[in-house]
Amino acid sequence: MSVVQDLTPGFADPVGDAQTTFRAVLDAMAHPGSAYTVAPLRPPAPLHQALAAVVLTLADHETPLLLDRGADAAAHWVVFHTGAPSTADAATAAFVVALSLPDLATLPTGTDEAPETSATVILQVARFGAGQRLRLSGPGLRTPLELAVDGLPADFVDRWRRNHALFPRGVDLILCAHDRVVALPRSVSVEEV
Amino acid sequence: MTNTSKSAATAQDDHPWPARRRWMAVLARATSADLESLLSGVDLPPYTVLRGPEDGLVMVRGRAGGGGAAFNLGEMTVTRCAVRTAEGLVGHAYVAGRDRRQAELAALVDAMMQDPARAPALEAGIIAPLEARHLSRRSARAAKAKATTVNFFAMQTTRS
Repeated sequence: MSVVQDLTPGFADPVGDAQTTFRAVLDAMAHPGSAYTVAPLRPPAPLHQALAAVVLTLADHETPLLLDRGADAAAHWVVFHTGAPSTADAATAAFVVALSLPDLATLPTGTDEAPETSATVILQVARFGAGQRLRLSGPGLRTPLELAVDGLPADFVDRWRRNHALFPRGVDLILCAHDRVVALPRSVSVEEV
Repeated sequence: MTNTSKSAATAQDDHPWPARRRWMAVLARATSADLESLLSGVDLPPYTVLRGPEDGLVMVRGRAGGGGAAFNLGEMTVTRCAVRTAEGLVGHAYVAGRDRRQAELAALVDAMMQDPARAPALEAGIIAPLEARHLSRRSARAAKAKATTVNFFAMQTTRS
């Protein structure tokens, strides 16, 4: 039996920090394209603060998690702190925790009666304000907003267009860079700039 | 809740680490006062707290008739803690009640017991004395209860 394990602490203030992070995600969903700051946290590599904070906040024993090959290195830490069941089957995942954007077409998109039963993708990107430039428009945006993200695939706009077309079904995306989150709910339209 | 001894015995045979199960049970039944006093002479390693100590509720489940359908017996308060020593050993504790100090110390001892170099001294100095105290408390309680036993057979003979 291995005696040395790689566990490190989670939130310093589990209740307060989770509430702070939840509020950041809520605001991010309500104001697509705007970045909000999560609670402090020092997760194990390769996870960075924002991604880890969002996972600790949103996941629990009732939300199966799919960690992609990049995020899988921190699986032990995630499962310990959240109690979430881990799944390898995308069709049963409530959250996909990823370091590179998964194929959105393989994820559950909910139903017309229960669109909220879709998966939510929590994606770690390198940073906001640089890289691929996108124009966002739709609910929550009085005027279209430009957002630059470094860490999305080159064909992101096409992939998102197909997801957006499924509305009210589809997946939502929470982008995490360093200590901030930006959300793209499925209702948002994304174009190249 | 009858016939649970059969499934309990099977569960014990299959347990992956019976020695750890035993010392964790002893630590869970100890009071924080006992733990503090027995640990006062011990060189404690530096450690970080991974989680807790935090208290919450646990739903205790039983099986009807020992092997039948599961049912909720009731909720109990449990305090848990997980620590990691500087050497990288991770210890866990789940204790009944709300004593956070007990949970933290129990987790620390659980971590230290996983180091084969330290375990024998800890077993002799901490675990065995705690187990002895628990057993003596239990037998004192049983003796008190035994004094109140009613002998129904005797009652029957006086009636006839």
